[in-house]
Amino acid sequence: MQPLTARAKQVPSRKMTWTERLYFPAILNGLRITMRHFFRKNVTVRYPEVERPFSPVYRGRHVLKRDDEGRERCTACGLCAVACPAEAITMVAAERKRGEEKLYREEKYAASYEINMLRCIFCGMCEEACPKEAIFLTERLAHPDYNREGFIFDKAKLVEPVDKDKRVDVSKRIIPYPSPEKLAP
Amino acid sequence: MEYSFLIYKLVLILFIFTVTLLIALYSTFAERKVAAFMQDRLGPDRAGPGGILQPLADGIKMFTKEEIMPNTSDRLLFLLGPVIAMLTALMTSAVIPWGRDLMIGDRPFSLMVANINIAVLYVFGVVSMGVYGILIGGWASNNKYSLLGAVRASSQMISYELAMGLSLVALIMTTGSMNIRDIVEMQHGFHWNIWYQPLGFLIFIICAFAECNRAPFDLPECETELVGGYHTEYSSMKLGFYLFAEYINMFISSCILVSLYFGGYNFPFEDKLGLSANALSVVGTVVFFIKIFLFIFFFMWIRWTLPRFRFDQLLRMGWKILIPLAIFNILITGGIMVLFK
Repeated sequence: MQPLTARAKQVPSRKMTWTERLYFPAILNGLRITMRHFFRKNVTVRYPEVERPFSPVYRGRHVLKRDDEGRERCTACGLCAVACPAEAITMVAAERKRGEEKLYREEKYAASYEINMLRCIFCGMCEEACPKEAIFLTERLAHPDYNREGFIFDKAKLVEPVDKDKRVDVSKRIIPYPSPEKLAP
Repeated sequence: MEYSFLIYKLVLILFIFTVTLLIALYSTFAERKVAAFMQDRLGPDRAGPGGILQPLADGIKMFTKEEIMPNTSDRLLFLLGPVIAMLTALMTSAVIPWGRDLMIGDRPFSLMVANINIAVLYVFGVVSMGVYGILIGGWASNNKYSLLGAVRASSQMISYELAMGLSLVALIMTTGSMNIRDIVEMQHGFHWNIWYQPLGFLIFIICAFAECNRAPFDLPECETELVGGYHTEYSSMKLGFYLFAEYINMFISSCILVSLYFGGYNFPFEDKLGLSANALSVVGTVVFFIKIFLFIFFFMWIRWTLPRFRFDQLLRMGWKILIPLAIFNILITGGIMVLFK
């Protein structure tokens, strides 16, 4: 019969020898193995304090991006909420007033924008649906909390800071549009 | 005189009781840590620094859990089960010599509760009563799994007590005493019984594992087959008593193993240190506890290394291997004693 892998090994069903039937060599070997593991460096990551590094394209906690001038990109079109399979996103739209042009890029903006992190499945559909490149998933995590209220992330937690140095880098997650020359046959 | 004696004994009993409970409490923690380390994990580390308060948290959890009494159970026996398990687990510590006599003024204070000349027999009697806790608890639960666990426990105890007793017969033949204190005194320095009775020790420790219902002999609990075995129906502190009794048993069997085979409070070169009698006594007690902790660690080490026996394998090993081996050991010991004495 053709073996499925190259590691396949024929196992003989012979009788055990006398020393094998004593079991002591096997037991001692087992004890040796567990003792070796006892002194090995353990692999646990003490999660809330220590985080393991994620790949830059990891789909974690969302960010609401600002544009280069520090204006919120989100225009509260609601496409992300429609795209969301877990129905985790809710928002309330509002009209931009005169004098708020420095805050919001379009005439319409999200007065409130909430993502329920307990519902979210981190699929990234919102990101795909967004026509304004406003929402992105990042390699950050939604941290644990003692009550459910803490998992409803509002704009204060989602929108990135205005300060240029503190912006969240999502360049790795942006899928670049193919140039028209490349698309042409 | 009489009153001071009574008060001293009472204080000693209370002290040993507390120490036993404390060690059992932290054995649960140590077990989780040892298991974790052997599996390349970290173990509980959230409660207090390094998780040192974890046993307290577990205890509070146990106390505050809902107490469920199955309505088909026998009420009295259901309550009696954990009580007996705990009682017998704690009773054995009475005959263990924790150290040499302390001299305060010119009066000796014995560091053991009862210096009786049939201590080994007493231990056996109490240990064999311990199975009633499991048996009664499992029977009174009126649950198939519990009953199976209880039946397994009783047949396991009977099978392994025989081999255990026989392995000790050889030891008693060489020491000529059933008094644990005398046995320990005979192992002065490095003349530990393990050198004279290696086979007996091997049989004894295997049986000790079985008597404690520890892995690889934890068939009465056996989560994978019997839900929880004899304590399936137990909850809250009654369950806590059962689990706790297991750890106390482990501690006590380590004590007995050390006293009988590993020299108790004796350690090599103890006469050459030039210590006063009292200081030597204290050091001896410390050494005794270090040995006990090493044995408790060994119990855990085995548990996280070996898989569980099948029940027929367990009984075959008890009746067909250990008992003949123990009898063989007695014959060898007797032969050597006749030849060389």
